[in-house]
Amino acid sequence: MATAERYVGGGVLRKEDPKLLTGEATFVESITPPGTLYVSLVRSPYASASLRSVDVAAAREAPGVVAAFSGGDLADEWASGLPMAWPVTEDMNHPDHWPLAQDYVSFAGDGVAVVVATSRAAAKDAAELVEVEYEERPSLTAIESALADGAPLVHEALGTNECYTWALANGDVDATFEGADVVTRQRYVHPRLVPNAMEPRAVVVQPVASAGDFTMWSTTQVPHVARVTLALTLGIPESQLRVIAPDVGGGFGSKLNVYAEEALCLALARRLGRPIKWVAERSEDYVATIHGRDLIQEIELAATTEGTILGYRVRLLANMGAYLQLVTPGVPLLGAFVYCGSYGGQAYSIECTGVFTNTTPTDAYRGAGRPEATYAIERAIDRLGREVGLDPIEIRRRNFLPAGENVPSPGGLVYDSTNYDGALQRALDILDHDAVRAEQASRRELGDARQIGVGFSSYMEMCGLAPSQVLASLNYGAGGWEAATVRLLPTGKVEVVTGSSPHGQGHVTSWSQITAAALGVPIEDVTVLHGDTAIAPLGMDTYGSRSLSVGGVALHLACGRVIDKAKRIAAHMLEVAPDDLEFEGGVFSVKGVPDRTKLIQETAFAAWTAHSLPDGDEPGLEASYVYDPPNFTFPFGTHICVVEVDTETGAVDIVRYIAVDDCGQVINPQIVDGQVHGGIAQGIAAALFEEALYDETGTLQTSSMINYLVPSAAELPSFELDRTVTPSTTNPMGVKGIGEAGTIAAAPAVINAVVDALWHLGVRDVGMPASPERVWRAIQEAKPGGSG
Amino acid sequence: MRDIGVIVNGVRHEARVEPRTLLVYFLREHLGLTGTNIGCDTSSCGTCTVLMDGESVKACTVLAVQADDRELTTIEGLPVTGWHPMQQAFHEHHGLQCGFCTPGMILAAVSYVKENPDASEDDIRLALEGNLCRCTGYHNIVKAVAAAAAVMKAGAARSSATA
Repeated sequence: MATAERYVGGGVLRKEDPKLLTGEATFVESITPPGTLYVSLVRSPYASASLRSVDVAAAREAPGVVAAFSGGDLADEWASGLPMAWPVTEDMNHPDHWPLAQDYVSFAGDGVAVVVATSRAAAKDAAELVEVEYEERPSLTAIESALADGAPLVHEALGTNECYTWALANGDVDATFEGADVVTRQRYVHPRLVPNAMEPRAVVVQPVASAGDFTMWSTTQVPHVARVTLALTLGIPESQLRVIAPDVGGGFGSKLNVYAEEALCLALARRLGRPIKWVAERSEDYVATIHGRDLIQEIELAATTEGTILGYRVRLLANMGAYLQLVTPGVPLLGAFVYCGSYGGQAYSIECTGVFTNTTPTDAYRGAGRPEATYAIERAIDRLGREVGLDPIEIRRRNFLPAGENVPSPGGLVYDSTNYDGALQRALDILDHDAVRAEQASRRELGDARQIGVGFSSYMEMCGLAPSQVLASLNYGAGGWEAATVRLLPTGKVEVVTGSSPHGQGHVTSWSQITAAALGVPIEDVTVLHGDTAIAPLGMDTYGSRSLSVGGVALHLACGRVIDKAKRIAAHMLEVAPDDLEFEGGVFSVKGVPDRTKLIQETAFAAWTAHSLPDGDEPGLEASYVYDPPNFTFPFGTHICVVEVDTETGAVDIVRYIAVDDCGQVINPQIVDGQVHGGIAQGIAAALFEEALYDETGTLQTSSMINYLVPSAAELPSFELDRTVTPSTTNPMGVKGIGEAGTIAAAPAVINAVVDALWHLGVRDVGMPASPERVWRAIQEAKPGGSG
Repeated sequence: MRDIGVIVNGVRHEARVEPRTLLVYFLREHLGLTGTNIGCDTSSCGTCTVLMDGESVKACTVLAVQADDRELTTIEGLPVTGWHPMQQAFHEHHGLQCGFCTPGMILAAVSYVKENPDASEDDIRLALEGNLCRCTGYHNIVKAVAAAAAVMKAGAARSSATA
């Protein structure tokens, strides 16, 4: 029975689909314990203001209202502020961050009061009766202005808007740049993005007041991290807080956090002894859930006249927003080692300064640091190619790190496995490059209003967070391991417990495939339990494309331990030595005597009855593995975007989008393709459509789905996908992460294509998002006598 | 308060509601039909799409009182037992990931395909522009809707041949 072949790498349809297709899923908003009270927050309309008074008296008198509190009223609830787990430098500035503001507000959306009522509507009505007296202060939202002389201070107590400056250098950077034939200097602005998981955030807390216990259901990617950190914020024993992430409707990093509303609902449940529920409205989510990106990049490449890159020098200014959320300061560091991308060189330096502004805090959004890094290097290498007279393909080939295993990079990492030219060549085979270039030349010659451009992105990224010792060296406040347990029930059915919980990625299916393949059991016999700290107490959760390459590997290794024990039991039952047994397709058989067999299910029953077990073996057939990876994984590939740009209107149409990705061994091709599709869509969205904008008073102008363009099916093309398979050397399964790769790769492919379409018109750069207006202006400014 | 009678998934429900109650809250909180999700507060995302007298509507832009005496279909009733070809096609083509937008996406697609059985992939993309998905990039949703359209057309042809 070729179970392994059938299940791993094969076309297994998702086991989690039925409940999602029929409306039987349990999202947090659908959880309402009896007696639930609803919470509505009063949020500051000002970006910066002193709180003179917060008067909740009228709200308390409103129909249905059970309680109302200001930040000051709840100050005693907090044993510590909201969690921040990544102090990237010893001297980093870290402002107080309370679930409700106490003395001053720092961004439009900062919570100042909370109303608790018997219905959602009553809470919302009463919230409007809270009287807040603000004394508005000067504010700032743009990165550049934060460090200017005389800039208003986001947190006066800090005396500066600088959060930290972090630096890294490998090799002799100054000498490399001084001795280089060519130095390309580019400056890129990466706009602020709103993650927009389709499910707005929500939290429900049910207390057992007599026992001091709390169960919290939250729209979170990180139930385990939430449990330990919220226990600290609330000053309750971790053992008395159970956190459940039920069905979660998308995350993309926005739910990789621990939020004020979670702490508030816990505090209110503790104070009032009733179940407490808060559900964000989408417009509230726009200001109260983290944003992504928002940084200014300066990248310099030192190269020879032949286009060989010798060195990289990068300076970043990163917008932290008003407060530090869970990993806010560390997000740029996740990109800081990969500004060299897929390319070689002898010297590398990067310096990053984080700044505070009066804006919604930023934090990890799909890719977290790596889309920004990839954008910079993939744009800059195109530019270097132009300067030395090489096309985008040749400049990349000249600089690719060699294909191989454990390849050292200029950024100081060791890439697990590389085959960059292989992926590029596969993508070119799909493209028919010569035909596209011929069409481009023809349209240029004709002066066609619709010009063609081809953009490349031969990306490489680091994911699979992460070796715990590496995280320690970066001052991160947690480990990077993941846990799995495999348990055979008496009937031979299998329960898998994983510490990594899904919010769309299909863990249940992939984990079932891994288990069914390893144990030789039918896939329908495998149940996967996750997302509940009472069921899966050990876990490091889901982010950084880590689930398969850390959690899936933990599961694979736990299966190995189960098989070892089952083999001893089977040998005992067959009265042979374990070494005399072979195991395949769920069957232990005596070598050379193939009709003497025991099924793994039979060993499970024997382990349960425990009537006769090998000496030293305990009853039960169950094993756990906590896996700490020795390295990151480094997926890569080449994306090619072909655009048609209307030079009269500035409109950009994606004509073709080709993606060849390499994530090592593939467990479920359909799921991997789906991750790539969705990732590309978010990368294209950043390139062409999305940008969070503040006005001069610090009000978020793009504050709903009406004026922030989350693309629909009508705005996006179909994608042409293929893959190469270069197994990772980091883990025994040879797998790499794929959750973020599409987003990391896509934006530079699109913008490189737009610039390529307009290069002959004198356009040298187009910022993101490349809206029709921005493209049109770039064309006008490039005209002889234009304002550029 | 207003008294209304709404037929939901073939069953008539009598209820007394505040006039400002949105249909989506009526379905979720009065009737316990939590398969219809809420993704925004600006009628932008289509997550809460249901069928009213066979036409797709966003249940956040309809008041419960406007549904008085109307027939509604939610994801729980499409059909009540078994799967509609659209659900089957979303499963086979991996047209969902987190699944939050899926009930609304499926009902919008069912309504569209019924009226446009020969729609091309480009037509489908335009028709679904009122329904946002953040996970799939729409690639597999479009494939699923096109595949379901073919199945639904064949099914319609069969039932007219046997009628």
